[in-house]
Amino acid sequence: MSRLLSEQEYRKTKAFKVKRWYRGEKDPYIGRVELRPQKPFEEDVNTQKKRIHDEAILQRNIYDIEHNRKLMLFSKFYKVISVLFVFTLIGILLYMVSYLPPVGNAANPDNNEVATKYIEDAMKDTGAVNIVTGMILDYRAFDTLGESNVLFIATCTVLILLRVDNRSKKKEEEENDRLYEPKNDIILQKVAFFLVPMIIIFGIYVILNGHLSPGGGFSGGAIIGSGLILYVNAFGFKKIERFFTQKTYKWICFAALLFYCLAKTYSFYCGAHHLETGIPLGTPGDILSSGLILPLNICVGMVVACTMYAFYAMFRKGGF
Amino acid sequence: MKVFQIVLFIFLIVCAISVSFSKNLLNSIIIFMSYSLIMSIIWILLESPDLAITEAAVGAGITSILFFVTLKKIHAIVAVESDAEKGSHHMHDKKGGAR
Repeated sequence: MSRLLSEQEYRKTKAFKVKRWYRGEKDPYIGRVELRPQKPFEEDVNTQKKRIHDEAILQRNIYDIEHNRKLMLFSKFYKVISVLFVFTLIGILLYMVSYLPPVGNAANPDNNEVATKYIEDAMKDTGAVNIVTGMILDYRAFDTLGESNVLFIATCTVLILLRVDNRSKKKEEEENDRLYEPKNDIILQKVAFFLVPMIIIFGIYVILNGHLSPGGGFSGGAIIGSGLILYVNAFGFKKIERFFTQKTYKWICFAALLFYCLAKTYSFYCGAHHLETGIPLGTPGDILSSGLILPLNICVGMVVACTMYAFYAMFRKGGF
Repeated sequence: MKVFQIVLFIFLIVCAISVSFSKNLLNSIIIFMSYSLIMSIIWILLESPDLAITEAAVGAGITSILFFVTLKKIHAIVAVESDAEKGSHHMHDKKGGAR
């Protein structure tokens, strides 16, 4: 080690403490908070008897629908009222629907200057043939950034809720079910062998052609994610862990979201100050055209694909 | 085309109603899946192919897979073999799930 400080001195510095806290090696509760395991629940014989007796009384007196007139009346009343409520709601909604203007009418309120502007100028402004993608990733790119972040946060939340700790893995009985799944099903494997490459290639096609044809980052990412889920179902978690682990997920999401943020910050900054961004729009219709839309589509697609797979992996195995 | 659209809409309504009336959770997920597929065809007929692709991938694909996994996790779907092996305990689970 080429440190000027000795190991002992280095341990006392603030940098070391911050680093240790960041890596999660130090548990802030140990030595400060009293940790005592909870007592196992024990019930003595008398309370148990009393509880069973009480439950029997409950069953006999209250839940005995045939002899309890109040409860019978209430359950009938409840059924009638619920049906009435549903039909009233349906009636109100249908009544309101009848006031909606006809589809495709030129005088509809959605045919305002915003839509006209998008339809007329989208190709010139964004360079995207597919106006919808032009709107999502250029005019309304801020919303799409929020969407990608929501997906990322949702995965984090599911991770907190469903993660299985490695130490408690052996204790849990249901873990067996999870570990030996999937059973090597030959039909599923043969079908997946042909389908998975096609699904993933179609997903990549949808993402890359997001500015030319229907589709885009979100739908293409969802297609790739479902391809990955099919792969896992056929071949198991061991095989997918050769190229896709938690670390891959973390870095792909981080890099994609960071690139999205930086690219859009740059273009918003330039747009707000009426500066030239310097990003060529290219010829509409070419695959390398429409400025930032293609890389942003790839970013969104990667985040969505990884998130879809991560949801599945966490529901199935509690981690990936 | 108009007739085709009306047939699809009727199918959609039938699916939506039968999801809530289905006793078996597994069946209702499969019906929900077919609902999404029909919806994606309707999106194409309404000339929004972007939505159609997303609906087919997310609605029919991933959402229903996540539903299946959730049912498996809360033991609402119990394998047939373990039913025969362990008898009453798992039967109880199955009843609980079908409710």
